[in-house]
Amino acid sequence: MIGIVNYGAGNIFSLTAALDRVGLLYGMINEAQDFQKYDHIIIPGVGHAGAAMQKLKESGLVEHIVALKKPVLGICVGMQLLTAYSEEGNADLLNLIPLNTLHFDKRMEEKVPHMGWNSISPNGNSALFHHIPDGSYVYFVHSYFIESDPVFSAAHCQYGIDFSAAIQRDNFFGVQFHPEKSGKVGEQLLLNFAKL
Amino acid sequence: MLAKRIIPCLDVKDGRTVKGVNFVDLRDAGDPVELAWEYSQQGADELVFLDITATHEKRKTTIELVKSVARQVNIPFTIGGGINELRDAEILLNAGADKISINSAAVRRPELINELANAFGRQFVVIAVDTRYVEGGNFVHLRGGRDKTDIDTSEWIVEAQDRGAGEILLTSMDHDGTKNGFDNGFLKAINERIHIPLIASGGAGNVQHFIDTFKQANVDAALAASVFHYGEILIPDLKEALHNEGIVVR
Repeated sequence: MIGIVNYGAGNIFSLTAALDRVGLLYGMINEAQDFQKYDHIIIPGVGHAGAAMQKLKESGLVEHIVALKKPVLGICVGMQLLTAYSEEGNADLLNLIPLNTLHFDKRMEEKVPHMGWNSISPNGNSALFHHIPDGSYVYFVHSYFIESDPVFSAAHCQYGIDFSAAIQRDNFFGVQFHPEKSGKVGEQLLLNFAKL
Repeated sequence: MLAKRIIPCLDVKDGRTVKGVNFVDLRDAGDPVELAWEYSQQGADELVFLDITATHEKRKTTIELVKSVARQVNIPFTIGGGINELRDAEILLNAGADKISINSAAVRRPELINELANAFGRQFVVIAVDTRYVEGGNFVHLRGGRDKTDIDTSEWIVEAQDRGAGEILLTSMDHDGTKNGFDNGFLKAINERIHIPLIASGGAGNVQHFIDTFKQANVDAALAASVFHYGEILIPDLKEALHNEGIVVR
């Protein structure tokens, strides 16, 4: 069963609806002892990364998240929280994956936010992208991105520059796009995560 | 590469679709949820629901509609109509809406854009603008194009962007309903002034009109209603035609 970290950063209705559609069971993690009820953990998040980190700290769950050995999936801002630092709010984050979250502005000429369906290139060996072919389209909405990295990027995307569509280190995974809004591809990714 | 988006727009009133629909055999052509699901299966990239429910009491049906769509449809959607304050937007966000679209409420009180962007992030805030060409210029119109304002459309769109709009939905009232094509000249001029996505609306009549607006105005998305609802254009055919013209589609 999947536990969703319920720390108040954005609504989770779309996420739970997607889990319902693909038949995955879930519950909410509101306090530390809830972690033991679940074998997979999702960290959702929309909005401001610095503000989201602040809320996560206030929830008292940070030390329990960093100690997790179960598969953890961060979505959008939830993914950014796994990195070391964000330019959004000049915030230090969980530093579970040693990358930085940077603003698109000044680094490329395209419109910001990066909004819509873009194609991704998964690294061949990531189980998170099982049955998701190179060139699959997923739905993005974000103004900040995680730099591309030869070790920790699990999937790449191009938008003016090359950035991490997904990151991975040990049991920690993150996706910049919204699997809950990405049609069948997104639903496949959620199913893949549940099988890790 | 980022794909150009195709967006069917559904008018809903008291939880039901308003205009007739006959592009496919639906059990209930008035059910926006079934229609939305069908569009998502056909390859629509996103959906816009325009709520024209008149009375405040009936807004509850709109909230239920948003929840049903979020439960059953796996692509993003925007809801517009009847959003006048932060609280209205928050209810829709919590019901599962990906974005809200604001039109006259933002014209009446532009600070609302800042407030919404600060509270929910600019990706949540679509500013819808109805424009009409009057005596040498394009001016913002309200109430479905009936009421002219003295606000220059270009200036308003730039202001909306600067206040925190995440996207602009621009409808040319001169082209809307004509099926003679989008207002590509004006769309191009606007697109060159802004750095947020622009959705073209008003005038779609055939596949070539979509090709033209993507090629000539380089808009990020194109929205239409009746050509989709009446089956005059099927989304898979449209996507194939765009792809054959070298336009990136999903």
